[in-house]
Amino acid sequence: MAVANRRIVRWGAFALALAAPIVLGQGSAVDEIAKYRAALQDGNPAELWEVRGEGIWKAPVGPGKASLEKCDLGLGPGVVKGAYAAMPRYFADADKVMDLETRLVWCRVKLQGMSEADAKKNPFGGPNNKSDMEALVAFVTSESRGARMNVSIDHPKEREAYRIGEKIFYFRGGPHDFGCVTCHGEDGKRIRLQDLPNLTTKEGAQKAYTTWPAYRVSQGELRSFQWRLNDCFRQQRFPELVFTSDASIALTMYLARNANGAPFDAPAIKR
Amino acid sequence: MADPMKIRANVSGDSTEVKVLMNHEMETGQRKDANGATIPAWFIQNVTVTYGGKTVLSAQWGPAVAKNPFLAFKFKGGAKGEKVQITWVDNKGDKRTDEAVIA
Amino acid sequence: MNRGFIAVALAGLGAATLLVGCATGPSDAEISAKTTSMMKASFNARGQAKLDRLDQDDAQKTCTEYSGKPLPTEVAQRIEKENLASITWPADGKYLGSWQNGEKIAQEGRGMQYSDDPASPSGANCYACHQLAPQELSYGTIGPSLYQFAKLRGYGVEIQKYAYGKVFNSEAYNACTTMPRFGHSKILTEQQVKDVVALLMDPASPVNK
Repeated sequence: MAVANRRIVRWGAFALALAAPIVLGQGSAVDEIAKYRAALQDGNPAELWEVRGEGIWKAPVGPGKASLEKCDLGLGPGVVKGAYAAMPRYFADADKVMDLETRLVWCRVKLQGMSEADAKKNPFGGPNNKSDMEALVAFVTSESRGARMNVSIDHPKEREAYRIGEKIFYFRGGPHDFGCVTCHGEDGKRIRLQDLPNLTTKEGAQKAYTTWPAYRVSQGELRSFQWRLNDCFRQQRFPELVFTSDASIALTMYLARNANGAPFDAPAIKR
Repeated sequence: MADPMKIRANVSGDSTEVKVLMNHEMETGQRKDANGATIPAWFIQNVTVTYGGKTVLSAQWGPAVAKNPFLAFKFKGGAKGEKVQITWVDNKGDKRTDEAVIA
Repeated sequence: MNRGFIAVALAGLGAATLLVGCATGPSDAEISAKTTSMMKASFNARGQAKLDRLDQDDAQKTCTEYSGKPLPTEVAQRIEKENLASITWPADGKYLGSWQNGEKIAQEGRGMQYSDDPASPSGANCYACHQLAPQELSYGTIGPSLYQFAKLRGYGVEIQKYAYGKVFNSEAYNACTTMPRFGHSKILTEQQVKDVVALLMDPASPVNK
């Protein structure tokens, strides 16, 4: 990932450059970074992905020249507004719980005649390699901005996905004995100078989940929640989390449900 | 042609405030790929903003400007309903022009 | 259960299934079993990260089981005893290496990810979780501050041995700790562990200034 990372500012050097006294220097380093984050909010490049995503949603492709405009994201065919705030959810036609990306793959296959392999191709873009999936995620999620998170676990499969997602959250493994809980199980902790949300609490889950997807400045890309989970597991020294795998859906279900009640506020922008 | 810019222009007192997001990789020419080969420099070199036939902003950029650059500025004058045009040209000679109506 | 009542009255089999789901649902053991098989089916081997990394050892399995719940004393003691017994102590009986190398290891966050070169030595990424040398402002708070580690505890060989053991296998002293078992899981070599111990214990190390 060293090649793909576009660090505009190295936090360590930045922080060291600020002040000599140890105690004062440490406090102002965190404050200065907070100021940087506030300054970033204007001019979010995520809007470029939202525009491109809307274009892809409406573009007729495949053997039947069909667009995604009849895709049912849970609120009826073609209803995009507010749909993300109620996902993941159980879909009767697929008889399974699906998160947004899984549902988009489904619609690309069923409505546009793509093969499942093609529909899942290139989920995470890079330099000179735009991902259609990330653009679609940007567009669909932007239509839920302001909607309160309202993920249901009424259906038995939704409830099961939530319970399994919780177990995955606590799963300790790999050479470092890491689990999601290692970094996200306590209040008020940070890794280096990056504050860590406690995802086991309502407040932590709400703050974290409602700000993904996000334009990651260090990535130079719009990153989705599937990407966030994939990259967490990489850093946990696990093997690679498969895109739209059952585990990724279950974990998303656990975190999204924990965020219920909070207004969705993405696509956001992060360092 | 390159991907479109996203432009917002608003009257603010006796000036017009313009905010534009540009789609561009802005490669510095310093990075190396996974094989160790240098990724060639590719960045916007000139930005020109015109209003009513006159140039209101002219910028010369270099590789220090970030990927997907965001430019925000004000110029004196400008009326609601009128158009502002923005053009960028990069070091490969590629260019893009978009316009927006001032709100 | 108004919803259930109306559903039964209107639909029949489908609703009855829903009601059964509401009433019972899989047991905790069933969910755990489903979780294990779902994990195996949802990951691909990549780079140096093979699927066997999802096989949990005894400590990982037990610590997962008790996650979010208090760890019973007997369970904690058993884990600590087993992990302490498995520590490989340095053959030459020396616990300190070079604190300068230790600082580099503490700063290095790479190692053992599938994006890392398996031929490169791993770092321990100590600063991700701990304060150490006072000059480094960019430190995490997942673990306690280690600033003035030996200055506060003493420089003697008993503390050196404790520091070595702790870095080598943290669960020998604190069952289910957040801290990785750097020697036990072969993240660091013996020499690297000694270098980290020197960072903590050497009077000349910036940690003790």
